[in-house]
Amino acid sequence: MNNNDENTLLQVIEYFQENMDFILELTAEHVNLVGLAIIVAILIGVPLGIYLTTNDSLAGTVLNIASVIMTIPSIALFGLMVPIFSLINQGIGFLPAFIALILYSQLPIIRNTYTAINNVDPEIRDAAIGIGMSTTQRIFRVEIPNTIPVIMAGIRTAVVLNIGIGVIAAFIGAGGLGILIQQGITRGHQDMVIAGAITISVLGISADLFLRLLQRIFTSKGVSS
Amino acid sequence: MIEYKDITKVYGEDVKAVDDVSFTVEDGEIVVLLGPSGCGKTTLLRMVNRLESITEGDILLDGKSTSNLNEIELRRGIGYVIQSNGLFPNMTIEQNVTIVPHLLGWDKQKKEERYQKLMKLVGLDVEDFRKRFPHELSGGQQQRIGVIRALAADPPAMLMDEPFGALDPIIREKVQDEFLAIQKELHKTILFVSHDINEAIKMGDKIALMKDGQLMQYDTPANILQNPANEFVTQFVGQDRTIKSLSIHMVNDIYSQNKLKENKKLAKQVSLNTNLRDALGAILESKEQAVTVVNGQNETVGSLDFDGINQFISELTS
Amino acid sequence: MDSKKRITWIVRIIVYLLVIAFFYWTITNEYFNYITENIDQFKVLVREHLQIVGLSSGMALLVAIPLAIFVTRPTFKRVESLVSTLVNFGYTIPNMAILALMMGFLGIGFKTAVFALFLYSILPIYRNTVAGIQSVNTSLIDAAKGMGFKPSQILFKVELPNAAYAIIAGVRTAVVINIGATALAYLIGGGGLGNWIFMGIKVFDNSILLSGAVTVTLLAVITDYLLRAVEHIVVPKGTKR
Repeated sequence: MNNNDENTLLQVIEYFQENMDFILELTAEHVNLVGLAIIVAILIGVPLGIYLTTNDSLAGTVLNIASVIMTIPSIALFGLMVPIFSLINQGIGFLPAFIALILYSQLPIIRNTYTAINNVDPEIRDAAIGIGMSTTQRIFRVEIPNTIPVIMAGIRTAVVLNIGIGVIAAFIGAGGLGILIQQGITRGHQDMVIAGAITISVLGISADLFLRLLQRIFTSKGVSS
Repeated sequence: MIEYKDITKVYGEDVKAVDDVSFTVEDGEIVVLLGPSGCGKTTLLRMVNRLESITEGDILLDGKSTSNLNEIELRRGIGYVIQSNGLFPNMTIEQNVTIVPHLLGWDKQKKEERYQKLMKLVGLDVEDFRKRFPHELSGGQQQRIGVIRALAADPPAMLMDEPFGALDPIIREKVQDEFLAIQKELHKTILFVSHDINEAIKMGDKIALMKDGQLMQYDTPANILQNPANEFVTQFVGQDRTIKSLSIHMVNDIYSQNKLKENKKLAKQVSLNTNLRDALGAILESKEQAVTVVNGQNETVGSLDFDGINQFISELTS
Repeated sequence: MDSKKRITWIVRIIVYLLVIAFFYWTITNEYFNYITENIDQFKVLVREHLQIVGLSSGMALLVAIPLAIFVTRPTFKRVESLVSTLVNFGYTIPNMAILALMMGFLGIGFKTAVFALFLYSILPIYRNTVAGIQSVNTSLIDAAKGMGFKPSQILFKVELPNAAYAIIAGVRTAVVINIGATALAYLIGGGGLGNWIFMGIKVFDNSILLSGAVTVTLLAVITDYLLRAVEHIVVPKGTKR
């Protein structure tokens, strides 16, 4: 390690020490934005994924639309949201970023839910119907509990993806940890950029670990993952 | 009692899966729906709890038309066992066994009593299995759980769709015997799908033999073997129908016709409840080519040899 | 027509209408005139964009596939989990952060952008190639060994053809993500269409913003379709899913 690198490392540590409150505040903003978007995305994506298993032609259409949305580059999607939401005077700030993140999360969540429920052993579904479960009982007592690992994998993908994409939200005025990177670049403060990158990575990894833990708690031991 | 009244099922425009089938399963009886794959036997079974729709005709359960009943309640009132056992992987054995009582809103104590009683019925340890999951059990154990889950709410009728089909032959024999012993106590009205003639002969009080959606013959196993109604039935029961018929007759049948030979003390002995197939096996294995027959009190009532069985069978088929 | 098909058609029509409404709105407001008015700059930006994508993806391909083949050889099995963990970890760092970090070490400019995006494109290609090779049925490999195939023959005649679908899907993912990430490269002086997007946001000018954003989007969507077509042509018929 040469002198220059050592200095950078020290600067980053120093930056963390001096700006802890600011970084925590940005982290809270980031978590707030991504968290709300994911909750809404789950409320849309999981029921939709389950419904799609009963309607094959719609499943093809919806999965195609979701995968095209996924293809749109993140900065372009954020960019498209800005003029569209300025039509209702919300062009810059929370709302366009929030909607863009919801749209991005749809593909992994819908696809995993759809595939998971579709792959429930038909004999198990038949048994559930045959012993007299109602549709709701079958979905909540049999189909979802037996597919939690796959559904959760989709949600985890969406969360990690959104934490990364959430960085770009800073560029359309929605705040979050992207601020560190945006301001670091414009001011040429390398320590700020590195601090931002580290915080975002740590956030992504801890979110993934937390969700894995949740998944372990909520998955029955009888279900192989 | 399950009554099929002129049942027809048509897929699409003109594919007849079931063609004008009528028969009745009497209370406490096992009726085996038998036939090659695609003959409509499973479709017929699944019509009872309305997993399949009926195009024409009606099925009556204890005199009431099933088409008027709420299908969820109807299903909860009928036991249902399928080949792959259909146990829910996410639930413990206890939860699986008591799922129907749970859906019916039984209280905790009643469920617990029922769970214990059922586990004892199939000889599985109450505590040992309680918290275990289906994948931790052997195939035979899983299938026993599948059977008692269907019995949990004590339904008068049960539908069993090739329930022992996935088990290997030795385990299957054992589970079949256990189930027959349970049925002797419980007297359920049972509809049982099978493609195996030997299983049908063993399990059925009556057999409904199907081909291409039509009922070929509905009769006791003995009559199906001895008086096949047509060419198809003859072929389906096979060249060895004489040997098969051995397994449905008991030594007692010969005894009651007073046709046993004189009392002899021989090396091997069989009881009156032994079926003729097993008795024949014992005769062929014995040194004297004959066996002593004993009654329930272990008193000798006669002896039996190959000629005795041969004579009995030839009189049946003539 | 049954009700399920009807719902499908309603959803499709709504989506088509939304797309048509979007383009009607942008065209009647003459937003895309910015492209025709600045056609020379547009050409430069598109060329820069494609250069960055092409160079970084190409390099990633040359590194990721051999790496994946290397770690899936029986002798190096133990390396596999180590390399995979490392690569997966790298992927939790957002692409924006990687670009910014590389700027810190290499300064701003075209080369930094290409290098950062090269690093970022390795993962999807690597991961899919490993998964593709590992998912080849072991009985196939046993059969090949039994017939006396050499290890290199097993690789080229059995493993790679059967993993082709997964590998190309990984390449497609990498390239499409890369087209989007390149739009961010503007921030570290890499050039490309990000130029117009960020300028449009900064000066709040819809025509600059949309001229950049819509072009990048079309670039990504069209590339995705083209690579799907390649997938269709290249993948051996018997292994298509």
